[in-house]
Amino acid sequence: MNKNYNFAIYSNDQSGILNRITAVFSRVNLNIDALSVCESEQNGVFRHSIQVRCEHATACRLSKQLERQIEVIRAEFQADEEMIQQEVALYKIASKSMLEQTLTEQIIHRHHARVLSMNSQFTVIEKTGKRHESQALFDDLAVVGVLEFVRSGPVSIGKPMNDEGMSADISVFKQSATCDVDFQVDA
Amino acid sequence: MKTASMTADTLTSHKKNVIPVTETMSGSQAIIKCLLAEGVSKIFGYPGGAIMPTYDALMDFEDQLEHILVRHEQGAVHAAQGYARASGDVGVCIATSGPGATNLITGIADAFLDSTPLVCITGQVFAHLLGTDAFQEIDILDVSIPVTKWNYKVTDASEIPTALAKAFYVAKSGRPGPVLIDITKNAQVDSLDFVYQACKHLSSYEPYPRPNQLALAQAASLINAAKKPLVVFGQGVILGQAEAEFLAFAEHTGVPLASTVLGLSAVPTDHPQYVGMLGMHGNYAPNRLTNECDVLIAIGMRFDDRVTSNLAFYAKQAQVIHFEIDPSEINKNVHADVAVLGDVKQTLPELMKQLNHNKYPLWMAQFAELHEIEHQKIIQHDLKPSTVAIHMAEVIEGLNALHENPIVVTDVGQHQMVACRYTQFKRSRSLITSGGLGTMGFCLPAAIGAKFACPDRPVVGIVGDGGVQMTIQELGVLMQHKLAVKVIILNNQFLGMVRQWQELYFDKRYASTEMCNPDFGLIADGYGIANQQVNNREDLSTALKTMMDHPGAYVLEVMVAQQDNVFPIITPGLSVADMNLGPGQNNQFTGDQDE
Repeated sequence: MNKNYNFAIYSNDQSGILNRITAVFSRVNLNIDALSVCESEQNGVFRHSIQVRCEHATACRLSKQLERQIEVIRAEFQADEEMIQQEVALYKIASKSMLEQTLTEQIIHRHHARVLSMNSQFTVIEKTGKRHESQALFDDLAVVGVLEFVRSGPVSIGKPMNDEGMSADISVFKQSATCDVDFQVDA
Repeated sequence: MKTASMTADTLTSHKKNVIPVTETMSGSQAIIKCLLAEGVSKIFGYPGGAIMPTYDALMDFEDQLEHILVRHEQGAVHAAQGYARASGDVGVCIATSGPGATNLITGIADAFLDSTPLVCITGQVFAHLLGTDAFQEIDILDVSIPVTKWNYKVTDASEIPTALAKAFYVAKSGRPGPVLIDITKNAQVDSLDFVYQACKHLSSYEPYPRPNQLALAQAASLINAAKKPLVVFGQGVILGQAEAEFLAFAEHTGVPLASTVLGLSAVPTDHPQYVGMLGMHGNYAPNRLTNECDVLIAIGMRFDDRVTSNLAFYAKQAQVIHFEIDPSEINKNVHADVAVLGDVKQTLPELMKQLNHNKYPLWMAQFAELHEIEHQKIIQHDLKPSTVAIHMAEVIEGLNALHENPIVVTDVGQHQMVACRYTQFKRSRSLITSGGLGTMGFCLPAAIGAKFACPDRPVVGIVGDGGVQMTIQELGVLMQHKLAVKVIILNNQFLGMVRQWQELYFDKRYASTEMCNPDFGLIADGYGIANQQVNNREDLSTALKTMMDHPGAYVLEVMVAQQDNVFPIITPGLSVADMNLGPGQNNQFTGDQDE
């Protein structure tokens, strides 16, 4: 069964590493739905957050193939429901529609969005939340006219306390303990 | 999960408390010094614009570092592969930017799939020209990502020692593989303060996972309780230099042993427990009984689809134990009930401590029984055909009869399968063949590399009339170095394996498989290489003897039956137990898996 899986891939900072990582997905014809790269909580270690839609068995295989890359330190993945996710959306509208209609302000208020920047010509509104929330704001703002719209992919963080990966000694490979049950089901 | 720690590596980090003694030199000289520090004595390559500074530096080290000029860069990388597989050391090849680099790709891919340790050095245009479509500029780093274990672009001379140290470490450690280092011309020309420190550790890389004692104990109890255990082993035994440990384990447990193509020669063919080769054209008994064993013990192999055929019908009745160094192979194709990660050289002796001494006479008798069927239906006809035309197997058998114990290097196709099926191997590293990628044109340059690695062992290349023409230019290396490589061209005037598939699965429509061949003898003459053509069976053994006794290179062309097939064959899509033992059997191609 296909599901959204969010990979957190930690790597050294080497040019070309992103290509190596994305090649693991494109090799099996998977499209990356969301991607973001940032320096992680560890200095010099980069976190590549990648969301793809695939089967659990595929995700298991890919995570190991990602870890096979020399510069990849760790690759783990979780399904959507195991993650806390947020997206950021930005909306550019004409400032005169803000000034001339109270409706715009009501929409912003109702959606708990905020004005990020404003000048005489245009206003940028920011909304942080789930995909459907930013979409709902977009649909409402469409009435007053959206000049430009951009949305980040989801940024995700795992729900369980997950410090085992960071502990000094993971001496025992767990024989894909996280994978086995589902793998058998899928097979 | 990797056991690597979450700290960053930088290429410039040095060990603490070591005051390095540096020497100022050019980047090119540093490249040579790095190779010498890694114990490299022979490299294969081809010069060109972007690598010229390194070739210039190489001239001053000719007495320490022999450069073998191939006739095409593909020859360089295959020769480096042959060198690595015959010697167990890292093979090194060198080429220029652009076309030089792209010509290496096939061999790098071959090495990647067959886990061969290689360091490939390519020149690159000046750093300031990168991204400008400069003459012979290709982003070989991006091109080679899917086929390299690691790659790196050096744009500054000071990076050369650490990049090359890391390259050698990555190439040879853990599951070996090819590494490509792309070095811009300015980095070769500029000077640096050189100091070489071999790389022994990378924080993001755990080449030797530590075996899990629980898994070992589970494996031992499964094996001890087994009634019909079967060992399927691969090249991991050879790459881990664990032949002795493997044999000790095997003889202690008494389990029958079946080999993948790349595992061949790790165990002597005449070993009483050796039951043959697995896979599409493997032996009948081990394939059939894969689906009857109760415990399948996979050692250093990766369940390639040529071994398993249709996974839905593969060893479903068996508990599978997988000994493997690469975690990404576990559960990739076949679910492992017990996975023992680690180097088999370490895990097998540890396992053995917990194993009972055993014998399986009834189980072994089943193998003998099925082998007898294969012998009756196939082997005896292959070795002693009633036809006028020579069968490929007769040539291999003739070679066995000379007891020279050569390194056999094959190309890809029917002759490859026949060589794998019939060669009597006596010692390890005696078969060099392109397994995973199936690269036609591999044989001749790989044989050259093998001969440079093992000048004291006879090296016999077995190649078809199609494959030899893909890299025939490398005869020039045999000529130049008077290299005693023996090349047997098994000429059936067809691209035999494709023709066989056309016969079996494409209604005998022989699309583009009939070959219009040159006079191979004349070509050999042109290179000054002794040669002979054999047309009649009665001349074969004398010709083989003449070839082996000849002091230098030799090309022996044997005209074999035009339309012979390699049997048995597992029709794609069927189970390993459904081996086709020859004409008259159901050859229905299901189309589930195609070529």
